[in-house]
Amino acid sequence: MSRSFGPDSPETSREAEMEQQALRVTNLNKYFGGGFQYRKLVSWCLPVTANPPAVAHVLQDVSFEVGRGEVFGLIGANGSGKSTLVRVLSTLLLPDSGSVEVFGHDVVSAAGSVRALINRVSADPSFFRNMSAYENLLFFGRIYGLTPGEIRVLVPDVLRRLGFAEELAAEQMNHLSRGQQQKVAVARSFLTSPVMMLLDEPTTGLDPRSRRDVQRFIRDVQRDHDATILLTTHDMEEAEVLCDRISFIAGGRIVASGTPLALRERVARGRPVEEIDMEDVFMELTGHDLEEDEAPAEVAAHG
Amino acid sequence: MASFTNPMAAPRSSGPATLAWAFVERQTNLWKRYWAWELVWLVYGVVNTLAITFIAKEVEQAGIAGARDANDLVLFLLLGTLVWAYLSAVLDDISLVVTWERWEGTIEHTLMAPVPRWVHLVGMSVFGVLHAIVRTLLIFAIALPFFAVDFSQADWVAAAAVIAVGSLSIAGLGILAGVLPLLYPERGTQMSFMVQAVVLLISGVYYSVEVLPGWLQVFSYASPATYILDGIRGAIIGGDSVGEMAGTLGILALFGVLLVPFSVFVFAVAERWAKRTGKLKRQG
Repeated sequence: MSRSFGPDSPETSREAEMEQQALRVTNLNKYFGGGFQYRKLVSWCLPVTANPPAVAHVLQDVSFEVGRGEVFGLIGANGSGKSTLVRVLSTLLLPDSGSVEVFGHDVVSAAGSVRALINRVSADPSFFRNMSAYENLLFFGRIYGLTPGEIRVLVPDVLRRLGFAEELAAEQMNHLSRGQQQKVAVARSFLTSPVMMLLDEPTTGLDPRSRRDVQRFIRDVQRDHDATILLTTHDMEEAEVLCDRISFIAGGRIVASGTPLALRERVARGRPVEEIDMEDVFMELTGHDLEEDEAPAEVAAHG
Repeated sequence: MASFTNPMAAPRSSGPATLAWAFVERQTNLWKRYWAWELVWLVYGVVNTLAITFIAKEVEQAGIAGARDANDLVLFLLLGTLVWAYLSAVLDDISLVVTWERWEGTIEHTLMAPVPRWVHLVGMSVFGVLHAIVRTLLIFAIALPFFAVDFSQADWVAAAAVIAVGSLSIAGLGILAGVLPLLYPERGTQMSFMVQAVVLLISGVYYSVEVLPGWLQVFSYASPATYILDGIRGAIIGGDSVGEMAGTLGILALFGVLLVPFSVFVFAVAERWAKRTGKLKRQG
């Protein structure tokens, strides 16, 4: 029997769906801790610890979808599971159950394909601190397949758009301020033209001007380059300015999702939505204050 | 910035060799920044080489050996310390880079790049080998004037062949040692020294393996360093040619063919475990 590839065939509609759907997270679960207790093997000579490491259920049946070209915000307090989720999407953590697909590629079974599509900015701009900003960008550009010539052209352009003085690119990273380092981290990720950007609190710790520079750059890239962006933050204002849709995460669960307006309407109960503060929306829907840290499950589990 | 209008990766022209070379470039940039450390290791290497090789001079002066035997002993110890300087530099380099990446927090960015793991590890190994060759040649050049040794017998081509073929297996051992800091960020480097210490003991660096107890000699046959040292000494002291060394070269080639894929496999398994348990997160 020949397979149909006509406009209405299942294959075509699946491809069309993949074209439009950038990210699909389905019933994702992640646990930390509670591993095998090696001391049990030698319990005759070493005491088995009375309090074995607790199992922390860091992500609990997380499901959501992000459309192509969308800016999707994930808002939660510290320790709510945002960074763990981003690490799973980045192929840096393996899920314990559930699935994650980036443009139809599974992050576990097709990790190589996913890596070619994504890049990530984290709140902690990790670099080789004794190398210059340019040397760092050169290396990370090279391992994404860019040639030195391409990097020489791209770096000044990206840094300029981030408001980073080009002459500072020759400085060692440990001579740069926190804000300058974070801009280099953003440049590192966007340099490689990712189709999906995972921005894990990219503006945390930045001064207001640097924060605006980075936010403007993210908006420009999303508008000009059709990039899909997943942004985690606990800055409500940033989320409202940048995101098309938002999900609130608390205790490793997605507790509410929608556009900023729709989320306000859920708690409005007759009040004018423009008078409702998004932090109040978060508190009402999650039962947590955004500034209040949740128990950092990953740390607790590892001791 | 390149435009991306389709949900597919931006086109890249780099093949495995170019991607692997990126790691060599990065390490070169890093070592340039840490040139003072390089100097420290060079001084240590020279002093260590001299201190051990002077034992042969003592043997000659004390009348324990004749002049000819003493010359052979000088060469034996000199080559032992130089080969060890080379081997330990390769082993150090690979585990140190993993430790460094964990410490700086860049390991996550490196591991999430679209570079096949074997390409990444081969790149680190190539730098380790090149770096070790340069450092060992410098130690050799500085230490040589201290001893009047006779190289008239030496077959340098055969010695180079031993190093070239033997480096494959040493790179494999280096990658295995690099698994330790991947799994144990705080103590992994120190644990990798244990691997080096065992190789030092069983491989006949400062003595022939025949002096080891029988049960330890069994392990020496499983160390590629034993064959590298045998081959180098055979080529430099005994004047063995490449043809005469075919057996040693064949064993070393076999070690390389087995150890490199095995070490890449073990690294991949360790990486998977680290991703399962969340161990890749920045430490320190």
